[in-house]
Amino acid sequence: MTNEVVIKTDKLTKRFGDFIATNEITFDVYAGEIFGFLGANGAGKTTAMKMLCGLSTPSSGNAAIAGFDIYKQSESIKKNIGYMSQKFSLYEDLTVIENINFFGGIYGMSDKQLNEKRENLIETLGLKNEAKKLVGSLPLGWKQKLAFSVAIFHEPKIVFLDEPTGGVDPVTRRQFWDLIYAASDRGITIFVTTHYMDEAEYCNRVTMMVDGVIKALDTPTKLKEQFSATTMDEVFFELARGAKRKAD
Amino acid sequence: MKQFLTFVRKEFYHVFRDPKTLLLLFGMPIAQIILFGFALTNEIKNSNIVICDYANDIASQRIIDKIEASKSFDIKKTILSHQEIEAAFKTGKVKLVIVFPTNFNNELLHLNKAQVQIIADASDPNTASTLTSYASNIIMDYQKELMKNASAPLRINTDVRMIYNPELKGATNFVPGVMALVLLLVCVLMTSVSIVKEKETGTMEILLVSPFNPILVIISKAVPYFFLSLVNLTLILVLSVTLMDMPMNGSYLLLYLASALLILTALALGLLISNSTDSQQSAMLISLMGMLMPTMLFTGFMFPLENMPMPLQYIANAIPSKWYYIIVKSVMIKGLGIASVWKELLILTGMTLFLLVVSIKKFKIRLA
Repeated sequence: MTNEVVIKTDKLTKRFGDFIATNEITFDVYAGEIFGFLGANGAGKTTAMKMLCGLSTPSSGNAAIAGFDIYKQSESIKKNIGYMSQKFSLYEDLTVIENINFFGGIYGMSDKQLNEKRENLIETLGLKNEAKKLVGSLPLGWKQKLAFSVAIFHEPKIVFLDEPTGGVDPVTRRQFWDLIYAASDRGITIFVTTHYMDEAEYCNRVTMMVDGVIKALDTPTKLKEQFSATTMDEVFFELARGAKRKAD
Repeated sequence: MKQFLTFVRKEFYHVFRDPKTLLLLFGMPIAQIILFGFALTNEIKNSNIVICDYANDIASQRIIDKIEASKSFDIKKTILSHQEIEAAFKTGKVKLVIVFPTNFNNELLHLNKAQVQIIADASDPNTASTLTSYASNIIMDYQKELMKNASAPLRINTDVRMIYNPELKGATNFVPGVMALVLLLVCVLMTSVSIVKEKETGTMEILLVSPFNPILVIISKAVPYFFLSLVNLTLILVLSVTLMDMPMNGSYLLLYLASALLILTALALGLLISNSTDSQQSAMLISLMGMLMPTMLFTGFMFPLENMPMPLQYIANAIPSKWYYIIVKSVMIKGLGIASVWKELLILTGMTLFLLVVSIKKFKIRLA
């Protein structure tokens, strides 16, 4: 981990009419960090992440991703980030190889680069026998690992993961986190939202969002000290108790 | 450019790997053409008729022979009294009765005019009028034969005339309509569903986060359907010209140009629909309900637009397929060139541009 700031937000706000989904959130994320973005359903996690990815325009406030301004330099931002949504987002009617080729292709990778990296990836994931099978026929855990690998296939500086482990068993989740650590070791910054508190323990630093506001931001160890809790679960309950919003 | 081709290739994979899409894409036009061409035709074949021949002379016999030879009629029996006519109609199986009065031949030769009575079952007015005109055509035909040998002119007995479609073929009416219907439906349905599918599966977000231009996403989605629709059009043309004896008197280039325009209109409409919904089902419903009814009603191939009340005629003007239908009929049947259809082409172009601009604008807003 270095002190280079890759995500910098300043009072970032998104309003939908009278409703303030995220209210003046300010934080920094450092290069190579695994940054956990925690909160109950409806706390504003996904909205915040969508603004950072350029899928949604902020109502006010500023942010810079990889040094680029989110209002003016969204094209440069897009080249430097990867994104994985809750739905795994691969094409089920395309084979493993075709999916990799497609996503590599739209990021403008050359054929030579693409072929080399693809062979490596299939080797690493142990998908050699499945390479020509349709993604739809793979088990959920494999789809998820493949989706993550595709999201960082173009070597982005930052990858955004929106509740990437929803609906999979704890063993697969653990394996998935091994992939996240490997990516982090290669210097990719991980920005991950989750509501599994055991996953929060895996992060370098976590933020807790309640009702659109950041209530806490620190390392899991320090947060537990601060709230004299033994697990992140307790920290979460302590903070979320005051929440007024119902989960959507 | 390479990114674009990667994208288009992916779209073709989607199409060719989905049996339902393929079935819809190629099955529907074939089914429609065959349905409208054969089953739902307004051409009538083998109708049961009855002849009441009081004359029983050379002239009446010749006409009866001709009727017997025609594909339209099937002579059930010959009768000799008016009471039997009513009985025949009451069975419901007889559609038409032709009555020759006594002295038919004599009157024709000596008075130069004679009467034939055609009685039709008008409970189905369309069939009745079609059948009476078939019958009078046959009688006219015989009259013309007589004229060749006769010194004095013979009486002209009917004024039913059909231009462009003397045999009252159904295909000439339906094929252009089916072309419009198929192109519109297939393209609107396919594009809207394929875009909404990306939203549903969450891949749209991934595409929008990538550096790939969102407008290109839309264009690359439309490319396969554009080309497949042209293939579809060719299929319909081959089927209708070979199987339905549909005439093709005009320029193929002009026909394809107009069709390409209609396809673009449809793609823009599909895009517009995909912007307003997030589920494949509702996209499909809007496309089917929103397109099928107006196209069927207001194109003019099922119900003549001239007979509609004025407000409905104005609505029809806003339906792209109405203009396309006029162009296709003019080009294929009448063999007219661009000089005669430039106005319709211009209207269609205007509609296409308008829809394209609106839908692309709306798509941009969704990104914000």
